[in-house]
Amino acid sequence: MLWHLEIYPAPGYPDLVGKRLSVEAAESGIPGPWTIAASRGFLVEGTLRQEDIDRAARQVLADLVVESFQIRPVPSTAVADRSVVHVLPRPGVTDPEAESAHALLRELGFAVEGVRTIRSYRIDGPAEQLPRLIKRVLANEAVEQSALGSLPLDHLGQGRHYEFRLLTVPLRAMDDEALLEVSRSGQLSLNLAEMRTIQRHFAGLDRDPTDCELETLAQTWSEHCSHKTLKGKIEFQGRTIDNLLKQTIFAATKELGLDWLVSVFTDNAGVVRFDDEHDVCFKVETHNHPSAIDPYGGSNTGIGGVIRDAMGTGLGSKPICNTDVFCVAPADLPADRLPAGVLHPKRVLKGVVAGVRDYGNRMGIPTVNGALAVDPGYLANPLVFCGTVGVLPRGKAFKKVEPGDRIIAIGGRTGRDGIHGATFSSAELTGQSESLSGGAVQIGNAITEKMVLDVILQARDRGLFHAITDCGAGGFSSAVGEMGAELGAVVELERAPLKYQGLSYTEIWISEAQERMVLAVPPQSMPALSALCAAEQVEATDLGEFVATGRLMVRYHGQVVADLAMEFLHQGQPPVVRQASFTPPPQKALELPQRGDLTADLLALLGHWDVCSKEWIVRQYDHEVQGRTVIKPLVGWCDDGPGDAAVILPVRGSYRGLAVACGINPRYGRLDPFAMAACVIDEAVRNCVAVGAHPRRIALLDNFCWGNTERPETLGSLVLAAQACHDLALAYKTPFISGKDSLNNEYAHEGKSLAIPATLLISAIGQVPDVRGCVTMDFKEPGNLVVLVGSTRHELGGSLWAAMQGQEGGNVPGVDPDLGQRVFRAVYLAISRGLVRSCHDLSDGGLAVALAEMAMAGGLGAAISLRDVPCEDDAAHDLVLLFSESPSRFLLEVPPQHHAALADLLGTLPWGRLGEVGSSPPGTAPARLAVTGLAGSVVIEAQIGDLKEAWQQPLRW
Amino acid sequence: MSTIATPRVIVLRAPGTNCDEETAAGWELAGARAETWHVGRLLEAPQALAGFQILTIPGGFSYGDDLGAGRILAMRLGHALGDALRQFHDSGGLIAGICNGFQVLVRCGLLPGGSFPGAATLAHNDSGRFEARWIRLLPRPGRSPFVAFAEPIELPVAHGEGKFLTADPRASQALDEAGQIVLKYADEHDRPTMDYPANPNGSLLAAAGVCDSSGRIFGLMPHPERFVAAIHHPRWTRQDGKDTSEEGQGLRIFRGAVAALA
Repeated sequence: MLWHLEIYPAPGYPDLVGKRLSVEAAESGIPGPWTIAASRGFLVEGTLRQEDIDRAARQVLADLVVESFQIRPVPSTAVADRSVVHVLPRPGVTDPEAESAHALLRELGFAVEGVRTIRSYRIDGPAEQLPRLIKRVLANEAVEQSALGSLPLDHLGQGRHYEFRLLTVPLRAMDDEALLEVSRSGQLSLNLAEMRTIQRHFAGLDRDPTDCELETLAQTWSEHCSHKTLKGKIEFQGRTIDNLLKQTIFAATKELGLDWLVSVFTDNAGVVRFDDEHDVCFKVETHNHPSAIDPYGGSNTGIGGVIRDAMGTGLGSKPICNTDVFCVAPADLPADRLPAGVLHPKRVLKGVVAGVRDYGNRMGIPTVNGALAVDPGYLANPLVFCGTVGVLPRGKAFKKVEPGDRIIAIGGRTGRDGIHGATFSSAELTGQSESLSGGAVQIGNAITEKMVLDVILQARDRGLFHAITDCGAGGFSSAVGEMGAELGAVVELERAPLKYQGLSYTEIWISEAQERMVLAVPPQSMPALSALCAAEQVEATDLGEFVATGRLMVRYHGQVVADLAMEFLHQGQPPVVRQASFTPPPQKALELPQRGDLTADLLALLGHWDVCSKEWIVRQYDHEVQGRTVIKPLVGWCDDGPGDAAVILPVRGSYRGLAVACGINPRYGRLDPFAMAACVIDEAVRNCVAVGAHPRRIALLDNFCWGNTERPETLGSLVLAAQACHDLALAYKTPFISGKDSLNNEYAHEGKSLAIPATLLISAIGQVPDVRGCVTMDFKEPGNLVVLVGSTRHELGGSLWAAMQGQEGGNVPGVDPDLGQRVFRAVYLAISRGLVRSCHDLSDGGLAVALAEMAMAGGLGAAISLRDVPCEDDAAHDLVLLFSESPSRFLLEVPPQHHAALADLLGTLPWGRLGEVGSSPPGTAPARLAVTGLAGSVVIEAQIGDLKEAWQQPLRW
Repeated sequence: MSTIATPRVIVLRAPGTNCDEETAAGWELAGARAETWHVGRLLEAPQALAGFQILTIPGGFSYGDDLGAGRILAMRLGHALGDALRQFHDSGGLIAGICNGFQVLVRCGLLPGGSFPGAATLAHNDSGRFEARWIRLLPRPGRSPFVAFAEPIELPVAHGEGKFLTADPRASQALDEAGQIVLKYADEHDRPTMDYPANPNGSLLAAAGVCDSSGRIFGLMPHPERFVAAIHHPRWTRQDGKDTSEEGQGLRIFRGAVAALA
């Protein structure tokens, strides 16, 4: 018997979900008006009577203080109401709440056989628009199914019985066209050279590969897992670069030879020394393509995945903070300009924020830093970056699998979710991606991962395993393949616990079901590990053994389904050779308007998506769980100013801190990718220094998100950006410790391929010797002096001001590394000597925006003159001084009594005293920001309240 | 129950609990000795509870908050540990639930408990979403050992379901008249407030923390364990010359309980 328990707000209690969806319907531009009444509920299957369901509802399923419920048999005998829409997860999609309900009801003695969650909506609105409403607002077809009126099911059957049949792919007999067709139709994303290599390999073995072998190779050789482009050969400007990453980013780290680096570019995350007893690790990953199709699920599993990277680094680290950066199209895009198959940017942004929120908050990891970069180029291919910092005891940063170690999978069960994630993320999105790749979208269950974390940290401290890694892209195939690369492994696939029956051996092998880790456990530690897992209610399964055979042998009920030489798997991939070129865009000067009052320009900049207040996002994240966050992401008088970097305490009881920051700017990249990379490194470093981090203890991560690098110009811009990473890392002595690239960020639409703007995210962790010396960016006290450090040049190219004017051209900001590092050192010393009350870096929108932000955050005005802004001659123009985005600049608030000491410290550096913090205390007379130009006339004059309104309005959702 | 110099605290964690470490640290700073136990371990040995003087259920998302915040842990506690908890309480033990722990105590009927008929709940915030922010709290001292201070304090909240409601609004009124709403969200003039965001969730009577009639069972939505040092405060950098090594106001809640057992 199948029952539908429908639970809705009791009379007199608000229907928050219904209200929110009614608003979203209007925002999505679907002609209304709409009134939506929402309910939640469960489909419960079992030998149950209506009274049983009633009892279950009263006991546990509904909250009778605020909710009412109804019970109906399914299929229902009542006449179907065509204004009711039901939405439920597709069979096989993870449904954690249903799993919990199932377990609890059984515990309470109910004869339940299956549970699925369901949402129902009673809708009042134009019937002909209902299909659009369902598609755009109510359901995500990638993971959910909807039904109008009555429910078209009478049982919750999940999966079917699986009949074993060994599949081989007759590769040896194929011509090139057939080889490519196998790759394409199987979503393998292997190119012809790779297919031919595989063909030759198996011809030599005198047999055809099994489907499982072919899939294993496709996963391991995917761009996502192997980074074949950046590690391959690139012909650029008359020379061949053999392994771009090695020659640029790794090379700089190696050349720096710093003694505080522990493990770089080898493990799931880069590891650096933190103090005498602890190391910290950091990794940032992208999850772009899944987020384009299902923003919530995509970012949810994106953050879940990078947390597992930290958990699987060394012998396991404890995640202590998360970061997230989103690149989307403008959220005010008119709905009628949306291409087919593309989600509206507002829906994307709301979805990805909710996804990070729900996973990070549930894991109990504070999300402390992030950014939003908005550009129309991200419309069909948004970018989602998620990062995690972990802390681990010193001496636990390395792992080694030993022959005889058991292959132990712990955590979630394996299902059909996320099949082909690795190969999908390496392919281009199309209008059909949504339907083709629904299976590539995974759904996370953060609590399962938290339970796995609880096990791992205890097992690590008790020394119960030799090695650990996470099941990410490629699932077991990648995890076991990587761990056993030096040895060999035998896997018995039928032992893997499944969410439901019906999975083929290959599906089990490559499923990217979430929340799974693989451990290498010596047999003698098995009893202790099993007991620990039982106590923590975590499932642990022995999948096989690591053996010194050099082969990856996979069996299913004793039948060999794959038998690959590890050497071929890991070294057999034909080198990728690509052409790269770069043609700089034609030089074009910017036109500077002659207007004297630039207040309107400032207000417009404050309202730009990149600059505007992100409070709506930040407050949805628990940024203080674990009690480590001592400089919050939001700072200032009203806890709403945009801090430069968050600072956390990795070690309880110690005042040594870690600043977490980032830099990103797709606008510069359009004009000059080298300059862009240099600038975003400068920005990430600057943000750390601005709160008090030591400039000689800053480690960097790179995340390259580019278009299709088979186009030489696209690859050329990447080569230049990588070279800038090399040069700046060396000059600033800020080593890269890990990174990740995501290529093929393109969307094919009506025969045209649209690439994203070349996007480099630089993430930074900077160590703070004593957090009690940290400063924030909000003005603190009337009468203090405002000092600008660093040189302003005529660099409006790619600036936010130019973008707001719709102008392209001009000089892109360039980094002067020698000056930059001297400025960083001086600012660090000034802060650590207590000479500075507040400090803010200058970035998007230049000096004007930085001043406005300090004033708004402090609730204090300022009287500023541009006359003493240190600048180059050709920059001596009010508009340039206010909006140029020259890097390596800071604004400092300095008490008058420290002015002399600061002057001493800054010495010959370019610096100037611009004015004073306004005289009225916060909240009294309306504070004003007043800036006079070079000629002494007023160029900006505004009340702080008006500035703040312009800045807060865009994301007041 | 005998009182000893250093009270022993059991911090009870379940799958999805995530504030156990800092909660235990808070108790230690307040002079207690804290042990963190998985609920499964306590279910196997409920008698072990008698060895402790304070039970804390920390924040997090126990069992994913599936079926409602704190619901599943509440069911398990109520079912299997009901007697042990009653005994613990009757013999003078103190029970505190923070955030998700408060939700658990409400769902299993320990709060508000006693003579208030009808159920209470912590419903979805009026804002309809999870929010993290700092708020001001007006204490009502004298009723519960956990709230033994008279000056308002500031603490962070971080929850999506924190709106305290009783099925019958008169029950909330009676609770307040009995002095059991021991912490209230307050505005900048230290008056109880219903205005968002000072009252972050729309709780009736601005209720942020509630105790039972004995005062020994106490739950609150804000997180005292996240403000045990001056540098946890969001505006500590604005105070020139203030001692940054001072302790945070959240510790008063832990200290109150420890002092009551001394």
